Amino acid sequence: MFEVISNDILAPNLHRMVIRAPRIAPVRRPGQFVIVRVGRGDERIPLTIGDADPAVGTITLFIQAIGASTRKIVAIPAGGSILDVAGPLGKPTHLANWKRVACIGGGVGTAVLFPLVKALAATESQITTIIGGRSSQYVILADELAALSETLLITTEDGSLGRKGFVTAELSELIADPLRTPDAVFAIGPVPMMRAIAELTRPHGIETIVSLNPIMIDGTGMCGGCRVVVDGESKFACVDGPEFDGHLVDFAGLSDRLTTYRDQEAALCHAANECKLTTGVAHV
Amino acid sequence: MCNNLTAKERLAIDRVHMPELDAELRSRNFEEVNQGLAREEAVREAQRCIQCKTRPCVEGCPVGVSIPEFIDALAAEKLPKAARILQGDNALPAVCGRVCPQESQCEARCVRGVKGEAVAIGYLERFVADWAMTNADKLRSEPLPTGTGKKVAVVGCGPAGLTAAGELARKGHTVTIFEALHDTGGVLRYGIPEFRLPKEIIDVEVDRLLALGVEIECNVIIGKTMTLDQLREQFDAVFIANGAGLPVMLNMPGENLKGVYSANEFLTRVNLMEAGCNPNSPTPIIKGNSVAVIGGGNTAMDCVRTARRLGAERAMIIYRRSEAEMPARIEEIRHAKEEGVEFVMLTAPLEIIGDDKGWTAALSCEKMELGQSDESGRRKPVPVANSRYEVPVDVVVNAIGTRSNPLLTATAPDLALNKWGNIVSDEQGATSIPGVFAGGDIVRGGATVILAMGDGKQAAAAIHGFLSGAA
Ligand SMILES: Cc1cc2nc3c(=O)[nH]c(=O)nc-3n(C[C@H](O)[C@H](O)[C@H](O)COP(=O)(O)OP(=O)(O)OC[C@H]3O[C@@H](n4cnc5c(N)ncnc54)[C@H](O)[C@@H]3O)c2cc1C
Ligand SMILES: Cc1cc2nc3c(=O)[nH]c(=O)nc-3n(C[C@H](O)[C@H](O)[C@H](O)COP(=O)(O)OP(=O)(O)OC[C@H]3O[C@@H](n4cnc5c(N)ncnc54)[C@H](O)[C@@H]3O)c2cc1C
Ligand code: SF4
Ligand code: SF4
Ligand code: FES
Repeated sequence: MFEVISNDILAPNLHRMVIRAPRIAPVRRPGQFVIVRVGRGDERIPLTIGDADPAVGTITLFIQAIGASTRKIVAIPAGGSILDVAGPLGKPTHLANWKRVACIGGGVGTAVLFPLVKALAATESQITTIIGGRSSQYVILADELAALSETLLITTEDGSLGRKGFVTAELSELIADPLRTPDAVFAIGPVPMMRAIAELTRPHGIETIVSLNPIMIDGTGMCGGCRVVVDGESKFACVDGPEFDGHLVDFAGLSDRLTTYRDQEAALCHAANECKLTTGVAHV
Repeated sequence: MCNNLTAKERLAIDRVHMPELDAELRSRNFEEVNQGLAREEAVREAQRCIQCKTRPCVEGCPVGVSIPEFIDALAAEKLPKAARILQGDNALPAVCGRVCPQESQCEARCVRGVKGEAVAIGYLERFVADWAMTNADKLRSEPLPTGTGKKVAVVGCGPAGLTAAGELARKGHTVTIFEALHDTGGVLRYGIPEFRLPKEIIDVEVDRLLALGVEIECNVIIGKTMTLDQLREQFDAVFIANGAGLPVMLNMPGENLKGVYSANEFLTRVNLMEAGCNPNSPTPIIKGNSVAVIGGGNTAMDCVRTARRLGAERAMIIYRRSEAEMPARIEEIRHAKEEGVEFVMLTAPLEIIGDDKGWTAALSCEKMELGQSDESGRRKPVPVANSRYEVPVDVVVNAIGTRSNPLLTATAPDLALNKWGNIVSDEQGATSIPGVFAGGDIVRGGATVILAMGDGKQAAAAIHGFLSGAA
C-alpha cells in the first residue's frame, strides 16, 4: 500500500498527488515513470515521476484525469492509499552540455517537463521554457518553471494568458534569433504538438528530444505493447525510452496505435457514468 | 477397495479417462477443462501401477518425485500419506499434475506404456494434491523451523522462485521474494490460462509460503527499484529467478498494426488483468473474429484457445513445420482441436496486411515443405515456390518465443551471461558472483515449470550449504 500524502487540483482535471514510495523516491531520476494500479482489478497506468523527496520518501505525480482509470486515481483523497506503485521505470533523461536549451510543454506535458527543467537548471545550460494551454486556467506550474528557467514564455489558444496561439510560434521566433537559437529542444505534450516541433527543428538540425506515451501494461519490456518505431526499428518505449530523438520517431504510427482501444475506453467510461469530468477548478 | 491385487489383476485395468468439460461449451468460457478424477477412479488408476523395483518413472521426473511410493499409498487409500510423500518431493504438485509434459517425462518411462498405456501419473499427482488442498486439516501442519538468522533474497515469484523460497524457509532462513509485477506466480499467473490452471491453486501455494514466514514484496523491479549489488549488501545470499520475459518479435511488415499482439501482451491482458473474461475489468483487449496465432508451443496453444474463448469464430495456429514437430503438450493440441481450432501446418507468415485505418486485415503466408534435417535433427522447413496466399484475420498473436529480459542483468556487469543473455550457472545454480545463484528460465531460456522448480530446489540446497559453510 502506498499512502497518498496530498492531492491538489492545479487545473481542471489536473491533479498533483504526493505519494509515499520510500523505495522509489531515492533512486528515481528525471525522465522516469511509475506504473500505478489503484486497487484489485484496476488497470495499470503509467505516470511520470514529477518530483521526489528522498529524505521523506515521497514522489510527486501530476495526473490528468482523461478516462476511467485516471479519474479513479485522482479521486483518492489525502490519507487514502494506492495498492500498487512500481518503478522507477524507463531510462533517465540524458543530459548533455548544451549551451542553450528550449523546454516546451503542452497540457499535462508541462508537468512531465518539470523534473527535466529542474535537472537542467542544475547544469550550465541556459533554459528557455515555453508552456501552452487551451486557456489561462490550463496553464500549470508557471511560477515553479519561471523560477528554474532564464525565460518563461506562455501561450494560450484563446489568448487569455501570454501570447495567443501555439507553443510552436514562440519556438519559431527563438530559432530565428541567432542569439537565442537553442542547441537542443525538449518537447513534451500531445503527439501532434511533439510532431510539429520535431518538424520545426528538423531543417535547422537542432537536437530534439520528445517523451512518448504509448499504451503500456507491465512497463518492464515484457509485453511489447508499448512498441514505437524509431529510425525504422521497433523500440519498447518503457525500457528504451520514453524519451527518443524526435526526428526519428514515427509519430503517425504512434498516434494510430494510441487509438486502439478508443471505442472500448469510451464505452467503459459511459458504463461507469464517469465521462463528465466534473472535478472542481482552482487556479495556481 | 483393496490394494492386494495380483500383477495380472493390475494389468487388466484400463487407463482412466480424465473427465472434461464439453468441448463446445468450454470453448466459450474460462472454466477448467480437466475436471479431475473422482476418488474411486484415482484409486483404481493407482492400482494399475505394478510397483517396479527399478522405478524407471522416477528417472523421467526432473525432480525425482517418489512416484511408486505415493501411488502405492493412494492405491491403499492412505491419502494423508500419499500427500506427505508428494509434497516432500514437489513444492507445487497441484500445478505440475496439470501442466507437466508427462508424456515426455515420467509417463514416457512407465513400464506399462511399453505394451499399452502408461499409468496416468500426472492425473494421480493432481488428484492427491487437490485432495491435500481441500483436506489441509487432515494433514499435520508443518512445524516452523528455528531461525538461522540468515537472510536470502529471491528475485521473481514464478515457480523457480516460489520453490526456492519454500525450501529455504523450511531450513530456517529468512526469505524475501521481490516481484516486478503486482501479483505472484510468474508465468503461472500471467501466462498459463485459468482453463488449464485455476489461479486459486497459485493462491493456496503462495499462502503456504506466507505461513512459513516467507515475505513477498511485489512492485519491486530488481535492476530498477533496487540493484543486485544492493541485494547483496542487504542479504546473505541471492537467488535470481526472473524468467524469460522478453518477447521475440516477428520482424515482418505490419507488426505494429492495431490488432497485432505478442503472446505475452495478449495473455497478460486476459490472465493478469482479466480483460475480456471479466466484464468489470477496465483493461481492454481486441477480441478478434478471425485470429491467427503464430507458433507451435504451449504458449501458442494457450493463445489460440484463449482467442476462441474471447469469441473468435475462426482461430488458427500457423506453424511452419508439421504437427509432429510441434513442441506443445499433446493434451493441449487435442483440446485445441476439439475446441474448433484450425491447425494450418507447414505455413510461414510473411506479412501482416492492414486496412486503411491501421487495423489488421489479413495475414500473408507461404506454404512450406520439410527438407533436409538440420543440426538439431529436425527437418528444416523450406518455402514452396509461388505458394503465397492471404488469410483474412483481424487479430494476430505472435507466439514464436521469448528471451531473457535484460532489465536486471544490464545493471549487474559482474554477472556472467551466455550469448543469448541467459545467466551462466553451474549444476548447483551458482553464478559467477559468490553468494548469487540463479535458476529457471533465466538460465535455461524458455523451458518448463518442473525444470524451473528443480532448479529452485537445487539452488536452495546449494544456498543452504553456502550459508552453513559461511556461518
Ligand atoms: C511513460 C508515460 C508517462 C506518462 N505520464 C503521464 C503523466 O505524468 N501524467 C498524466 O496525466 N498522464 C501520463 N501519461 C498518460 C497516462 O498514462 C494516460 O493518460 C492513461 O493511461 C489514460 O488512462 P485512462 O483509463 O484514464 O484513460 P483511457 O480511458 O484509457 O483513455 C482516454 C482517452 O485517452 C487516450 N489515451 C489512452 N492512453 C493514452 C496515453 N498513454 N496517452 C495519451 N492518450 C491516451 C485514449 O485513446 C482515449 O481516447 C503517461 C503515459 C506514459 C506511457
Ligand atoms: C503461455 C505459456 C504456457 C506455458 N505452458 C507450460 C506448460 O504447460 N507446462 C510447462 O511445464 N511449462 C509451460 N510453460 C513454461 C513455464 O511456464 C516456464 O518455464 C516457467 O514458468 C519458468 O519459471 P521461472 O520461475 O523461471 O520464471 P517465470 O515463471 O517467468 O517467473 C519469473 C518472475 O520474475 C519476475 N521478474 C522478472 N524480472 C524481474 C525483475 N527484474 N525483478 C523482479 N522480478 C522480476 C516476473 O514478473 C515473473 O513473475 C509455459 C510458458 C508460457 C509463457
Ligand atoms: S512432477 Fe511432473 S514429471 Fe514429475 S512426476 Fe509429477 S507430473 Fe511427472
Ligand atoms: S514405471 Fe509405471 S508401473 Fe512402474 S512404478 Fe512407475 S508408474 Fe508404476
Ligand atoms: S509496457 Fe510492456 S513492454 Fe513496454
